[in-house]
Amino acid sequence: MKKNRILQYILPLIAIPALVISIASKNPTPPADGAGLTLPSGFEANIVADNLGSARHIAITKQGDIYVKLNRVKNGKGILYLHQTGDKATVVNSFGNYAGTGMYIKDGYLYTSSNEDVYRYKLNDKGEVINPNEPERIVVGLLNRREHESKSVVLDNNGNIYVNVGAYSNSCQEKDRQKGSMGRKGCPILDSAGGIWEFKADKLDQHYGDGIHYAKGLRNVVGLDWNQQDNQLFVMQHGRDQLHDLFPDMYTTQQSAIEPAECLYAVKEGDNAGWPYIYYDQEKHEKILAPEYGGDGKKTAGEGTIDPAVAFPGHLAPNGLLFYTGNQFPERYKNGAFIAFHGSWNRAPEPQAGYFVVFQPFKDGKPDGKWEVFADGFAGTQAQKESGNAVHRPCGLAQGPDGSLYVTDDNKGTIYKISYKK
Amino acid sequence: MNFIKSASILLFLVIACNSLEAQVRHSSKSAKSHLALSIANGKLVYTQNCASCHQVDGHGVQNMNPPLIQTSYVLGDKTKLIKIILNGFNEDVEINGNTYSNTMASHDFLKDKEIADVLTYIRHSFGNKASAVSVAMVKSVRATKK
Repeated sequence: MKKNRILQYILPLIAIPALVISIASKNPTPPADGAGLTLPSGFEANIVADNLGSARHIAITKQGDIYVKLNRVKNGKGILYLHQTGDKATVVNSFGNYAGTGMYIKDGYLYTSSNEDVYRYKLNDKGEVINPNEPERIVVGLLNRREHESKSVVLDNNGNIYVNVGAYSNSCQEKDRQKGSMGRKGCPILDSAGGIWEFKADKLDQHYGDGIHYAKGLRNVVGLDWNQQDNQLFVMQHGRDQLHDLFPDMYTTQQSAIEPAECLYAVKEGDNAGWPYIYYDQEKHEKILAPEYGGDGKKTAGEGTIDPAVAFPGHLAPNGLLFYTGNQFPERYKNGAFIAFHGSWNRAPEPQAGYFVVFQPFKDGKPDGKWEVFADGFAGTQAQKESGNAVHRPCGLAQGPDGSLYVTDDNKGTIYKISYKK
Repeated sequence: MNFIKSASILLFLVIACNSLEAQVRHSSKSAKSHLALSIANGKLVYTQNCASCHQVDGHGVQNMNPPLIQTSYVLGDKTKLIKIILNGFNEDVEINGNTYSNTMASHDFLKDKEIADVLTYIRHSFGNKASAVSVAMVKSVRATKK
């Protein structure tokens, strides 16, 4: 009896510290798999490689081997070639003395980009680069003014390559990101940046003038892919930053954290998405006149500009886009879009968000239903995510020959392979 | 029952010590009230003008916005630091092997006192420990600015 009475008193004393500890660790981390990711049931993630450096975009050969583009050269090399055995991949070669983001395989060639040029390397029938030190330079002299400098690439089925050139500006102000500085009339950036250019995939040393100014008014695109069902280019735009910083009277920090939208656009030649004059408000489903150009947060504008196919919350930073054409994942994933969100920084002092891979279902080449978080947990704990101190940051996406999905992380240089295990 | 008695005494002692410590902290704080006030005001200026890029905890953003933690830019020459606020910063910064490339706009619209407070705040926060920046110093740097 006495023993029980004591227990009655002791138990709460034990429970209180336990409660304190569980509150201190904040929201408990949801169950994660061995790679630290949370995935829909039936999926599994493996870390195939780690500590590679700033791993940006990625391409997988027919043999299941991996090319990764690094945003900073490592030991003087900007491209890694990894051979994969089972669920592990090891670096067997590195080449290309330039940093960059773009990486894509099409019709027996590896296409890569620095922050100014586009190259290609012929592959042999084992998927190996034949002359790592002698790439063909196909595009040269694209603008790199440090801001939004990465050049992503994708090819269509007719021998053309599409290259983004990001705008070296937030909203084309007279002085970039300067409070009180208004937008430049007839934004002069748009003639050579803030858009997509089309070039021939097999012609050497093409300059701007040799290409087609394919789409305009896209502030910065990092994730892009060719949709095989629509035979059409899709791009993910990074929306503008700092609505509250620059116009505190018009936008609260809360509004500024979620607006404007990060937009998925289906792009045709000649399309204009409207940057810097407008942005898309995903709550009102409207194109809003930018405050630098006379907007007040409510006035709509943007006649003649395209609407997004899907609008996501602000600042999540979509760095990878992939239409899934494999057969390994369940049927509902086929032809849908995976988007790697690098994670926000422009939400402070509100909590940061993103650092996940999203799935947007598609039907007959059109978005069908609401997007959902597919892979999460890259950032680490909730505190690491909300403070922006994410451990891993998703960036590039690629599909393996067996239908597995690969995700790069450009913070720690981790490559994840996500498979469906039925 | 003895156990419960001693547990309550222990609990009382812990609470008493904590409040005593808070009192001690409070009195040492009031001795440095000028510095404390400048840091507190600087935090407000920081939240409004700096946190969106450099982040609430000063760690910055990978590849884009440099950290303000333990760098010579923040802890070193105060004149240089004041000039960054007044003129902005438009070149790649390399810190601990990483480069940061975003443009920092000029913040010359901030008053001398706001600049002194925010710089004092960042030099005393995020694990930094360096001397305060005075209003007079900001005033003189602004006067010599081209």
